[in-house]
Amino acid sequence: MVKVPVAVRVNGRLYEREVEPRLLLVHFLRDLDGLTGTKVGCDTSQCGSCTVLLDGMTVKSCTCLAVQADGAAITTIEGLAAENGALHPLQEAFWNQHGLQCGFCTPGMIFAAHEILRTSPDPSDEEIRHGLEGNLCRCTGYQNIVRSVRAAADAMQEGEG
Amino acid sequence: MSAKIFGSGIRRREDPRLVTGSATYTDDITLPGMVYAAMLRSPHAHARIRSIDTAAAAAAPGVLAVYTGADTAEALAPVPTAWLLPDSDLQVADYPAIARDTVRYVGDIVAVVVAESRYQAYDAVDLVAVDYEPLPAVVDPELASRPGAPQIHDGIAGNQALHWTVAGGDVEAAFASADVVVEERIVQQRLIPNAMETRSAVARFTRASGELTLWNTTQNPHIARFICSAVTGVPEDRLRVIAPEVGGGFGSKIAVYPADFVTVFCAMRLGRPVKWTETRSENYQATTHGRDHVQQVELAATRDGRITGLRCSVWAGLGAYLSTAAPGIPTILHGLMLSGVYDIPAVKEDVYGIYTNATPVEAYRGAGRPEATFMLERLVDRLAGELGLDPAEVRRRNLIPRFEDGHPVVTGLTYDSGDYPAALEKLLAHAGYDRLRAEQAAARERGRHLGIGLATYVEICGLGPSQVAGAIGFQGGLWESAIVRFHPSGKVHVFIGASPHGQGEETTFAQIVASEVGVSPDDVKVFHGDTDNTPMGWGTYGSRTTAVGGAALALTARKIKEKAKIVAAHLLEAAVEDMDYEDGNFFVKGSPDRGKTIQDIALMANVSWNMPEGVESGLEASTFYDPPNFTFPFGAHLAVVEVHPETGQVDLLRYVALDDCGPQINPVIVAGQVHGGVVQGIGQALWEEAVYDESGQLVSGTMLDYALPRADRLPEIEVLSTVTPSPHHPIGVKGVGEAGTIASTVTVYNAVMDALRPFRVGAVTMPLTPERVWRAIQEAQGG
Amino acid sequence: MFAPQFGYHRASSVAEAGELLRSNPGAKLLAGGHSLIPVLKLRLAAPPALIDIGRLAELRGIAVDGGSLRLGALTTHAELAASPELQRHAPALAQAASVIGDPAVRNRGTIGGNVAHADPASDLPTVLVALGAAFEIAGAGGERTVPAAEFFQGMMATALGDGDLLTAVVLPARPPGQGQAYVKFAHPASRYAVIGVAAALTVSDGACTAAAVAVGGLVPVPLRAPSVEGALAGGPVAADALAAAADRVAADLGDDLIGDVFASAEYRRAVAAVWVRRALEAAAQAA
Repeated sequence: MVKVPVAVRVNGRLYEREVEPRLLLVHFLRDLDGLTGTKVGCDTSQCGSCTVLLDGMTVKSCTCLAVQADGAAITTIEGLAAENGALHPLQEAFWNQHGLQCGFCTPGMIFAAHEILRTSPDPSDEEIRHGLEGNLCRCTGYQNIVRSVRAAADAMQEGEG
Repeated sequence: MSAKIFGSGIRRREDPRLVTGSATYTDDITLPGMVYAAMLRSPHAHARIRSIDTAAAAAAPGVLAVYTGADTAEALAPVPTAWLLPDSDLQVADYPAIARDTVRYVGDIVAVVVAESRYQAYDAVDLVAVDYEPLPAVVDPELASRPGAPQIHDGIAGNQALHWTVAGGDVEAAFASADVVVEERIVQQRLIPNAMETRSAVARFTRASGELTLWNTTQNPHIARFICSAVTGVPEDRLRVIAPEVGGGFGSKIAVYPADFVTVFCAMRLGRPVKWTETRSENYQATTHGRDHVQQVELAATRDGRITGLRCSVWAGLGAYLSTAAPGIPTILHGLMLSGVYDIPAVKEDVYGIYTNATPVEAYRGAGRPEATFMLERLVDRLAGELGLDPAEVRRRNLIPRFEDGHPVVTGLTYDSGDYPAALEKLLAHAGYDRLRAEQAAARERGRHLGIGLATYVEICGLGPSQVAGAIGFQGGLWESAIVRFHPSGKVHVFIGASPHGQGEETTFAQIVASEVGVSPDDVKVFHGDTDNTPMGWGTYGSRTTAVGGAALALTARKIKEKAKIVAAHLLEAAVEDMDYEDGNFFVKGSPDRGKTIQDIALMANVSWNMPEGVESGLEASTFYDPPNFTFPFGAHLAVVEVHPETGQVDLLRYVALDDCGPQINPVIVAGQVHGGVVQGIGQALWEEAVYDESGQLVSGTMLDYALPRADRLPEIEVLSTVTPSPHHPIGVKGVGEAGTIASTVTVYNAVMDALRPFRVGAVTMPLTPERVWRAIQEAQGG
Repeated sequence: MFAPQFGYHRASSVAEAGELLRSNPGAKLLAGGHSLIPVLKLRLAAPPALIDIGRLAELRGIAVDGGSLRLGALTTHAELAASPELQRHAPALAQAASVIGDPAVRNRGTIGGNVAHADPASDLPTVLVALGAAFEIAGAGGERTVPAAEFFQGMMATALGDGDLLTAVVLPARPPGQGQAYVKFAHPASRYAVIGVAAALTVSDGACTAAAVAVGGLVPVPLRAPSVEGALAGGPVAADALAAAADRVAADLGDDLIGDVFASAEYRRAVAAVWVRRALEAAAQAA
């Protein structure tokens, strides 16, 4: 099958590759320079472990072909912290609030949280829970994830104010 | 400092790598020259394999090899079970890693393809042509045990893998003289554990040295090495098992699986590193399931609500083959907990472990104890209904009173410590139980159906004394070990045999060391999960890592402290008996300002310029801790639900969990364990079920079908605790990994049944889906 | 999971997409991919090629033109849900879009892809049938417009033929006095609609002057409920009247009800009226 050229900017760096059209974005990312932080937890778009940002908005990268991301800018969990290593407020909040246990769902969860705060900077707990509906966690019962999103929202608003 | 560190909710040391994507899970590993395996799994629940044609697959692009059972038959010994339960007529069926002539469940491995890429491997799997002759199948354990059921293994009559009995007291007399007997038939449906990380293995074999390294998603790398050595023939000294970051287990990563051995086989045959990672759909078929009991239970009591006897028969589906720990789950971990928190004089249980044409069943969070708790707590609610008593009051009348140092129960166990009445009363007071009952009555006046559910529990944890392990047929020990090593600068390495995978022991174990010898937890790094650089240990399951491994570690830290005291006394030219200690400072009594810090001593012990006579260099110690008894965490839970009778929908409005796991090293982590455990139990009550059709097809075969708890369906869980130390444990801790799960299923179930009382509904099979609840109401009203 | 091999063509215009469709028999159109990619991953379909129309700007956007709305086929669910125009002129559609899947799915999934897939458990088709939408289709023989009621022909079957490309959805803007609602009984795992009900009630002086009701998830196509509509028209919007009208839905369902292990056909039939009533109450509230 003919491979297709793609050029994708991932965490600020441009990657040009020839890919099979069927290659999923998540597999494309996981094969790049050891960017294995993006996880695969299911095969039916249910779990959200593979969630990344595509041009600033969340996408489940298991339900997106690499060719569809041609020309796009992707942010994976490895690219969320500042260049000097300072954690993003969401990363800090998940750490502070014990918002993770085994950590496998965490990269996707953090981006789901990112999307909640992008669309609603001061969400209610109900909005947070609704915004997490596409991401599964088997460890935390979600409680401390909700707290983490709340804490990050507070921190980010404080940062802006 | 020490007092503050023990019991402090400090942030986890694991998290920086996890929130930045820098952690390495098994599937994240890439090795030079690595190739990929994909399994062809049986689409039939039961079939004879007439022939397999691998030619097209072998010729497909990128394919290195295709192997079938004929290739592995000589190379791989049968997959063993590691729990040879005595006095149970245990029948262990032959369990080949790759099926040879017969497949016995949807998911049984039929062939493996190894290719240069995963995509190519899956392309080629589709090209393997297998000619099957379908055979009759059976998936319900009770049906499988009946005469005329399809025979799953040659020579195993009635598909019965085991028949085990536990009895104490005179149960026949108890029932003969009972004022009241209540009974129920309960189905503990099959569950899929759903660790978010699916299973994966990477095997690298170095022919020149005969050394094998297996990276594996396991809860117990040392057991995996032991078993993998036995199956593959690679000697244990050349076999290294590494559990890298592991994304949850909940019991499903205890077993050592056929696919692990097949991956190793491929690596050895091909001389190239091989990776296998299951897809989620494959995980649903191939990774062990949990529960799967059919329970017939009776409870005898006096007119005033005192329980006098419990009698039951349980048909436990074990799946097509016996998984690693399978025989012990519905027996030892279930039957011995029959009497729960109550003073019950007579019990008897018959457990029938049954082979079925379904995925093998293993431990799943709680492992036997939620099933036992469910029976008891369900029947106690029935008793309350029968006698017209409040469910809380019936429990009060039967609870074992407070005890601090041992209480023997009718099943033969001796519980370590407990204060069940205090737990129940604290729960009821916090929840405002009487007010809730008043609100419920008022709501019913307005046509709303609220339900309040209660459950109390005690569980057997901290597995366990090795002597007992031997007596109950567990083919291993149940001790744990720890090494504590101080470096010259006073920084500490801890090596443990247990293998946490999300529970946070890199943090809590650092807190134990910090609180015992006065270093900062930031100066303690905990190593686990690699058989080459950690001492032997038996793994993380049964809420035992802190309860047993934590004890090993605390005792080791105390050895360090004793040695440090000797060194300090020498340096201060004092007698050891004149020494005192506080927060990492060793000093002559009355002179804390002129002491030696643990860091000073670590430096001196490592450079060894001036050590006391007869004292070895270095500051390092180790302990093998074999507990004298199990630990017995306990608690009481309450749920409030609303049922909408016209649709059968259930809303979970409130959940309160009180759990007593002894002293809490890190209460934030404890609460996190409770949250997760409670929600998993809620999942069983309301949403989760592995559904097979009559032909043995797994109908709930993907996450589109199998409903896991999601954030938007859950209330905030209110977490309470009491603290009752275990008398035999060096720091009193009992374990909390499973606590939340033990009671939450029956708590929610009892709440729904309480809401349905006006409809006189008898029983509803879990999960309590809208249709099932609606149907139960319709049937109760119609009849 | 791992999809089988397929070719890939990226269209730069609707016209080119049509040509590619016709020159690649069996090829499938790729927009957001949220209906198609899961099917490919499970290897339930193996088209020889995909034609990517995801970058066609001409298929994007929400336009209000007098009394009607025109939604480009590539408009995402998130865009539908967040659109002030839609919230004002077709609130039931915005509501339905906001409960599809989850936020990440809504960011990628498109109305065109959703409608063309014609999954009976989908949300948008139910609303589009209730609101009397029509679909603009570019085909080999030129452009044509198909009303929603004729578009959905069966389980995952539509009026789209080989070489056809759905370009836009048009629907009337909400008239004054009309309240709309979409309510959903979601499957706990898939989040698809076990039952979805869209209702639009026009109310004047406490009486219902016009009613449009459609149900989804119950039969292989989204279905108008004329018996319910008939019972409502001209009557009061009081609770008991709405409940009585909702009960009439049984007469509209026919015999071909969908059932699965989570919710049998019998159960769906029995509780459909409850969900219709909830939709009517919400629509009346919004009127």
